Amino acid sequence: MPVPVLETKDLTIRFGGLTAVMDLNIHLDEGELVGLIGPNGAGKTTVFNMLTGVYKPSAGTISFCGELLCSAEHSVPPSQISIKGIARTFQNIRLFKELSVLDNVKIAYHQHVKYGLATSFFHIGKYAAEEKEIEKKAIDLLQLFGLENKKNEQAKNLPYGEQRRLEIARALATRPKLLLLDEPAAGMNPQETQNLMELIRFIREEFDLTILLIEHDMSLVMGVCERIYVLDYGRVIAQGSPAEIRTNPKVIEAYLGSEGIA
Amino acid sequence: MKKSTIINLIFVLAIGIALHLLRKAGFINGYYDHILTKICMFIIAAVSLNLINGICGQFSLGHAGFMAVGAYIAAIFTKNPGLIIPEAIAGMPRFFVALIIGGLMAAFVGFLVGLPTLRLRGDYLAITTLGFGEIIRVLLLNWKFVGGASGYFGIKPYANFLSVYVLAVITVFIIQNFITSSYGRACIAIREDEMAAETMGIHTTKYKIIAFVLAAFFAGIAGGIYAHLMQAIMPRDFSFLVSVDILLMVVLGGLGSTSGSIMAAIFLTLVTESLRRFQSLRVIIYSLMLIFIMIFRPQGLLGGQELSVSMLKEKIKLLFGRIKPEKGYASTNGTE
Repeated sequence: MPVPVLETKDLTIRFGGLTAVMDLNIHLDEGELVGLIGPNGAGKTTVFNMLTGVYKPSAGTISFCGELLCSAEHSVPPSQISIKGIARTFQNIRLFKELSVLDNVKIAYHQHVKYGLATSFFHIGKYAAEEKEIEKKAIDLLQLFGLENKKNEQAKNLPYGEQRRLEIARALATRPKLLLLDEPAAGMNPQETQNLMELIRFIREEFDLTILLIEHDMSLVMGVCERIYVLDYGRVIAQGSPAEIRTNPKVIEAYLGSEGIA
Repeated sequence: MKKSTIINLIFVLAIGIALHLLRKAGFINGYYDHILTKICMFIIAAVSLNLINGICGQFSLGHAGFMAVGAYIAAIFTKNPGLIIPEAIAGMPRFFVALIIGGLMAAFVGFLVGLPTLRLRGDYLAITTLGFGEIIRVLLLNWKFVGGASGYFGIKPYANFLSVYVLAVITVFIIQNFITSSYGRACIAIREDEMAAETMGIHTTKYKIIAFVLAAFFAGIAGGIYAHLMQAIMPRDFSFLVSVDILLMVVLGGLGSTSGSIMAAIFLTLVTESLRRFQSLRVIIYSLMLIFIMIFRPQGLLGGQELSVSMLKEKIKLLFGRIKPEKGYASTNGTE
């Protein structure tokens, strides 16, 4: 059996007396596109925050590519997790608002910069070549996302849909193996959601990614995900293919509603 | 180096040579010479504080403390020939070595102060650095070797305009290079959104400490210059108000703008000097002026933008309507 890219074992987090996530066991194989859905407050974003090191789990373990990433005894700062190859976007967009679109992407390349601090003081040696390469890579990435003609604009001035796209582009600039998307379609109209679906499929192929996404837009989840986990009150209540999830009575009761959604 | 950097360097060099020739020709008397040197010292202090407060987005109030460390350490080394540095190194070379030792000591102290506090988010740094500055001052008050409250006298006036001008240019060059490098972008990312920066693989504590220590180093250099300009230093020369003065320069120039800090350092030093004859009214005029500037230009003189020779050229061309404005925003580029 191949080693899963991401695997959690009995992952649990408590905030005081509240158990936000309880005994979470999920796994993602290489190249999979998996959805994590559930009603508001089910603990989906909390799971993301544990996976990216923002929260430290109270119990259980997270493994990444067969290697123990973090557990209750062993926590790793978010920057280290990013360097290991997990990137994410945020539910409420967290771009570097005042900076240019290009700088947003360049910052994400920082972990791959090879020149040292002393070089940065004097701009000697490798500096010029490296900076040129970073710029070129950043522009190439923006081109893929159709943002290259806005590279000098301030990030906060982009339309909403483009800010979402830029956030994904920025996450990809860290060269991740696993991408976590937190409600990428929030606030998008149906046409934009449709484009986003194509974009997600495209980046998975182009960058050899494994993707885990949280989403409330069922057309997107059912459209792109191969497998779905349903979370309710911090526990996984169902998992399976979109077709299985759609007809699962537990899911219908807890989340989708009895009318069912296409 | 970029072409615009070279143009800026040539421009800065030309100003330096021009001022030096004016001094030699006797157009600038001793008093103005003193003020020019003071301006250069404040430029070093303000540009380095801008690195913490403007670029990294951390709020430090301890610059006077770092200056005090640099001032006393450098003065001890120039006043005691044979202390650690061999006696053969005397005069100006000894002054430079002493400055660097003072800067390194300030950087080391900065590291000790920054390590525990920069891990935290929020206003802790402001409070800690405020306390740190006062601790340094009280320690110096009680240190008999450097004269305690009565001050440390008889420091040789090594800090002349030319040497301090060169030091200011080197400071601006290094700090501006740092800001425009990938490391500087990492610091700016921390200012913009610490959480997102961390998620992008930037070890936020590490970069905050790098910026803080670098700034402390140059503050130490500025302090060393102060000691060798005034020839006598007292603990009260490095009170909390000095930190505030430098902070004002940074805010007035526009947080995050190196050229803004430079302009504000020049402007505020000149204002302080020209208001000397009004004596007690001076503080009132000074405060009123600051209030008005902040009401009418809250983002500071340059509002986070950078001023450079090539940018000025563009503005002048625009004025005469020869080229269309280039859309977009100017990112930090070029020296000064």
